[in-house]
Amino acid sequence: MDAGKVKFFPRREMLDLVVADGQARGIVARNMVTGALETYQGHAVVLATGGYGNTWYLSTMAKASNATAVWRAYKRGACFGNPCFAQIHPTCIPQSGAYQSKLTLMSESLRNDGRIWVPKKKGDTRPPQDIPENERDYYLERLYPSFGNLVPRDVASRRAKEMCDNGYGVGPTKLAVYLDFGDAIKRNGRHWIEEKYGNLFDMYHEITNEDPYRLPMRIYPAIHYTMGGLWVDYNLMSNVPGLYVIGEANFSDHGANRLGASALMQGLADGYFILPYTIGDYLATETFQSLKETDEPFQRTTKDVTERIGRLLSVRGKTPADDFHRELGKVMWDNVGMGRNKKGLEAALKEIPKIRNAFWKDVKVVGTADSLNSELERAGRVADFLELSELIARDALHRQESCGGHFRVESQTEEGEAKRDDRNFTYVAAWEYAGDGKVPKLHKEPLKFDYVKPSQRSYK
Amino acid sequence: MNFTLKIWRQKSREAEGGFKTYAVKDIPPDASFLELLDVLNADLIRKGEEPIAFDHDCREGICGSCGLVINGRSHGPHKGAATCEQRMRNFRDGEEITVEPWRAKPFPILKDLVVDRTAFDRIMLAGGYVSVRTGGAPDANAIPIPKPVADEAMDAAACIGCGACVAACKNASAMLFVAAKVSQLALLPQGQAERVERAERMIAQMDAEGFGACSNTYACEAECPKKISVTHIARLNREFIRAKLI
Repeated sequence: MDAGKVKFFPRREMLDLVVADGQARGIVARNMVTGALETYQGHAVVLATGGYGNTWYLSTMAKASNATAVWRAYKRGACFGNPCFAQIHPTCIPQSGAYQSKLTLMSESLRNDGRIWVPKKKGDTRPPQDIPENERDYYLERLYPSFGNLVPRDVASRRAKEMCDNGYGVGPTKLAVYLDFGDAIKRNGRHWIEEKYGNLFDMYHEITNEDPYRLPMRIYPAIHYTMGGLWVDYNLMSNVPGLYVIGEANFSDHGANRLGASALMQGLADGYFILPYTIGDYLATETFQSLKETDEPFQRTTKDVTERIGRLLSVRGKTPADDFHRELGKVMWDNVGMGRNKKGLEAALKEIPKIRNAFWKDVKVVGTADSLNSELERAGRVADFLELSELIARDALHRQESCGGHFRVESQTEEGEAKRDDRNFTYVAAWEYAGDGKVPKLHKEPLKFDYVKPSQRSYK
Repeated sequence: MNFTLKIWRQKSREAEGGFKTYAVKDIPPDASFLELLDVLNADLIRKGEEPIAFDHDCREGICGSCGLVINGRSHGPHKGAATCEQRMRNFRDGEEITVEPWRAKPFPILKDLVVDRTAFDRIMLAGGYVSVRTGGAPDANAIPIPKPVADEAMDAAACIGCGACVAACKNASAMLFVAAKVSQLALLPQGQAERVERAERMIAQMDAEGFGACSNTYACEAECPKKISVTHIARLNREFIRAKLI
């Protein structure tokens, strides 16, 4: 940027993609200070707009993180790959009340020294320090003797949920398990723990008002990353020529699961090592019509955006957008969360359109379009979450196997582990928008493995 | 818990602002300060009034977006915490709380509690980076950095660019912010290539933006949510003099 090659536009939100002659040629963005709609024209568009974890309302995502850019691109023809693949992180601070706006992640590294347990007795209300060693169930160590507390995120998350669902949860909400550093502190001393995890312990203390040096932490899983995203080829271009998608916004790299720190890897790989080389080829070999921001494609798209904003402001209902988002989040977490089954997914597919209809009848957006209006920003994003969520549920329903972070209750081994179905599901599900109220079209991109064969995971 | 909030309302950059008083009831003690504002905003929306505009994003003290002057203190009374990390249990039940935006000329108010902090972006652009030309990946152990040095660089790197230091300073000085950025890179081998220009250019940009001078009151250190020490300002001064001599 200092070299003058990149220009930075703070407080702008992309609200639509401009497609001209089948090529992505620009965007329509809203200036979030003045409310003015602005158009930006180029030979290609690169989206680096992040994941859609906030569809579930409560997540470890930042509050402003949203799916509007990818969703608008989807509605302009870009396919959405594997939307149901979302990662649920096991070590988050549990929700403490209905007022809560987000969940905070405690680093994965804590599982190196912390031991996860629940009381052996159902509904045990004793404080943790009063529960003797032989009445504690270190369930991950019991179930997975060789990996113990270090099993992958999806397994640790699902087992925590299972323990709580079966009545072994702890803390005021009973939706938590203990992560205990007592042994590590005894073994290495408090100073050693402070050096290693001091900032995390402080953060936990600040949020919960409990001292994790004295009492075990309480943790519970939360939505943390979305492996799905816009479909791209090896050059990171979507099926819309000239639309590139990088980072968490695309579906590539992680498959159905994700390893720790691989988001950084993808950021570097996509943005630094791949895109600079592949986009040049597109720019050099493609022919481009001359196009101005006053031309029809920009005018038409700007008109669509203006109408959409007008629609949001004209509902004039009674309920803040956030209320619909919370309601959606609950449906998603309960039915399209850690354990998914046909009944729950079908219920979600009925519930989501109901919430969406209620939103468009009763949402209240105060303020005007031509000023700084965070409520208008929020309402637009919630409207998109209310559509994307349906696609996530649809994808989860169609994938009748368990794989990675996607656990279908119907597809499990006798020991309750994820059971793959490679014969029927070794493909990327790329969904193409077919119009509002219509079932999107499913494209299957087969996955071919030359050197490694996908197999059942085991952490015993 | 119940609170009376006196909040700065201002329609736009040009408009005249003023305090408005609101009552909020039944706030759980574990709620964060921003969640308190969420509750108030939901009430306002239901009544058809414009909600209070404020900046926020990560809500876990790492993005630097939020920043309110609460009872006259940048980020509020609890030390070492950003506004989003302030919990209502640290306030008194029934307390009257005054909420203002950052007040400093280089941070113009855009609306209510939202200020324009792009002055910081322009200071960063003037040198708050290292340029890297990649080749083969260097051996991670080829450039040993002593732990105390790495720790000090990390302490400076904890700066989230929120602007609390500017808001706390009677001169609206951005010295602690610039010091953290310069110090972090001056301490590490990767920062050596642009070390001289960095100190000169970032300070020149800081002055051009209209931030005031440092008069050593240490208000910035007291209010910094990341507890960044003024010793980094001393290093910034040395870097500046060094740049003049080289």
